[in-house]
Amino acid sequence: MSPLVSIRDLTVRFAGAKTVNAVNGVSLDIAPGEVLGLLGESGSGKSVTLRALMRLHPEKRTTYGGSMMVDGQDVLGLSGPALEAYRGKTCGMIFQDPILAFDPVYSLGRQISEAIRRHEAVDEATAKARAIQLLERVQVPSARRRYDAYPHEVSGGMRQRAMIALALACKPKLLLADEPTTALDATVQIQVLLLLRELQQELGMSVIFVTHDIGVAAEISDRIAVMYGGRIVEQGPLADIMTDPRHPYTRGLMASTVRPGMRGQRLEAIPGMPPDLTAMPPGCAFAPRCAQANAACMVAPPPLVSQGNRQNACIHAEEPCVAA
Amino acid sequence: MHTDIALPENVDRGGPAQPLLLVEGLRKHFPIAKGLFGRGGGAVHAVDGVSFRVEKHEILGVVGESGCGKSTTARLLSHLIDPDDGQIIFDGEGVGDPDGITVRELRRNLQMVFQDSFASLNPRMTIEDSVAFGLKVQGVSEAKALAAARDMLDKVGLEHGRFGGRYPHEVSGGQRQRVNIARALAVNPRLVILDEAVSALDKSVQAQVLNLLLDLKAEFDLTYMFISHDLNVVQYISDRVMVMYLGQVVEIGPVDSLYGNARHPYTRALLSAVPSLEPGVRTAASPLVGDPPNPVNPPPGCRFRERCPHAEAVCAAAMPELAAVGDGHFAACHMADPSSGHSAAAPEMPS
Repeated sequence: MSPLVSIRDLTVRFAGAKTVNAVNGVSLDIAPGEVLGLLGESGSGKSVTLRALMRLHPEKRTTYGGSMMVDGQDVLGLSGPALEAYRGKTCGMIFQDPILAFDPVYSLGRQISEAIRRHEAVDEATAKARAIQLLERVQVPSARRRYDAYPHEVSGGMRQRAMIALALACKPKLLLADEPTTALDATVQIQVLLLLRELQQELGMSVIFVTHDIGVAAEISDRIAVMYGGRIVEQGPLADIMTDPRHPYTRGLMASTVRPGMRGQRLEAIPGMPPDLTAMPPGCAFAPRCAQANAACMVAPPPLVSQGNRQNACIHAEEPCVAA
Repeated sequence: MHTDIALPENVDRGGPAQPLLLVEGLRKHFPIAKGLFGRGGGAVHAVDGVSFRVEKHEILGVVGESGCGKSTTARLLSHLIDPDDGQIIFDGEGVGDPDGITVRELRRNLQMVFQDSFASLNPRMTIEDSVAFGLKVQGVSEAKALAAARDMLDKVGLEHGRFGGRYPHEVSGGQRQRVNIARALAVNPRLVILDEAVSALDKSVQAQVLNLLLDLKAEFDLTYMFISHDLNVVQYISDRVMVMYLGQVVEIGPVDSLYGNARHPYTRALLSAVPSLEPGVRTAASPLVGDPPNPVNPPPGCRFRERCPHAEAVCAAAMPELAAVGDGHFAACHMADPSSGHSAAAPEMPS
């Protein structure tokens, strides 16, 4: 089956006083109906990659390189009406903070029915009925009444559900989710994750789910790609990455994540800090924090090498594991 | 550690058995002004009759959903806001009592670290000036305060020669949180309230700061109150854990007892809502439906009953009190009280 999303050597640079190299050569394929968890820390380029897929970066300051194909469309070549049709119809997006994603002066329901009418030739009454149906589908209680509620009038969990309804209003083939549960309480987070899982299976859409939380990624993803310094350092099936991480960064990330049963043990923190994106080292971006790094790591970024159904970007991948 | 500067030495006045902090019936309601069209009115019951103690040298974890009153409790304890009612006793001395401890003296003994490392620092002050500021307020001379601040920056892993002269925006989030920790510890406190202090940090940096907090606790003989929504981190660091719901304490107990044998249905729901970190184990059903309720004019009886699968008539009639369910383990649930009349209030609880 040909992939729905095919990204090749994507680079994203932001101009300014210093040029920020936010994404430095990302290649990704996502099959129809697949859920990819994009895992990384702040500044790893995971959100920038996602926003690039929606072309949300300010055009004047952003330089793209490489290519992105989604459902046969060249995303970097789109402009004008074609880009507007692509956003929302082919590709929907949900964000971390729904209060910023919604327009505060229109009711939640009106914004959903507006999106439906923008992409489909239906009258207002039909669009409204569809919007109410969608709100019911995302488990907003008394949906008919909430149709007229403004974003500030409902709770955070309810706003997040309404944003999911908005993103799915035109049945996109690809859903981009940018940390949609990070700001929610654990009890609400699990409800939203279960809802997304259900909707994904029902609609058969592909999802790219960006998160910094391994536990959240495990709840929803089929495959995991780990990003660091604007590159993918490791990717593979969920269970493989979680039980047998091979890149030193992924290993460090797993070891430094607090989990039950670690009481009394000292945490294995990764020393140092993420790289400065305005002055990337010439070699592996993780080398300055890596216990296994040697002179060879400093020469050029290691390529992403396939090993069976997983990929790893570390020149020491074949060597036995050294404790960090 | 501060023998060379003019701060009073910390004396254990109450003895080892006296809790460092004793809180009795703490209450804070925020009134809601009536709006233009007569809407609103009533009050947010942010903290509603909270009693607990913090033992010397322990770490008390505090968990709960947003709006449960955990941060308001912290702010009441450090007198950043004034309580409506209730008593705070610090090492045997009432805060604000005529023969007790003054608020200024309390604040030297009780320091806070907040979630937002950037908003907590004055952007126009260098890092070492920020750390020295509290000492100067407490009457230490400029030169001695600066020397102590530099010493403390070294202790939290920020070389003072490299970092001391920088401004908050010139360091990373993890480093800024170290500055906030240094500032809190500079005045030689006995109790530090960490209000979501590691929540905004990336996992790899969070682990560094957690290790640092445990090292500093041992070095300076500190007591922590650790407020967090991250139940894994709370389990890792705490000796005892307090669970709050809608402005009240619903369960409190030793960490192993509470995580292993939670007796309040809310605590059990909260614990099972945490993603498992096991790739094969996915959550099948959500333990709770709906959002945390609004703390405006809460209903009588048990505040959790509207989301509780075990709610019965008695839960609406009477508010459950904290009752012992184990060694040092208390829960406020009618099912934990054999005399309540709840049908499940047998000696053994259904699981």
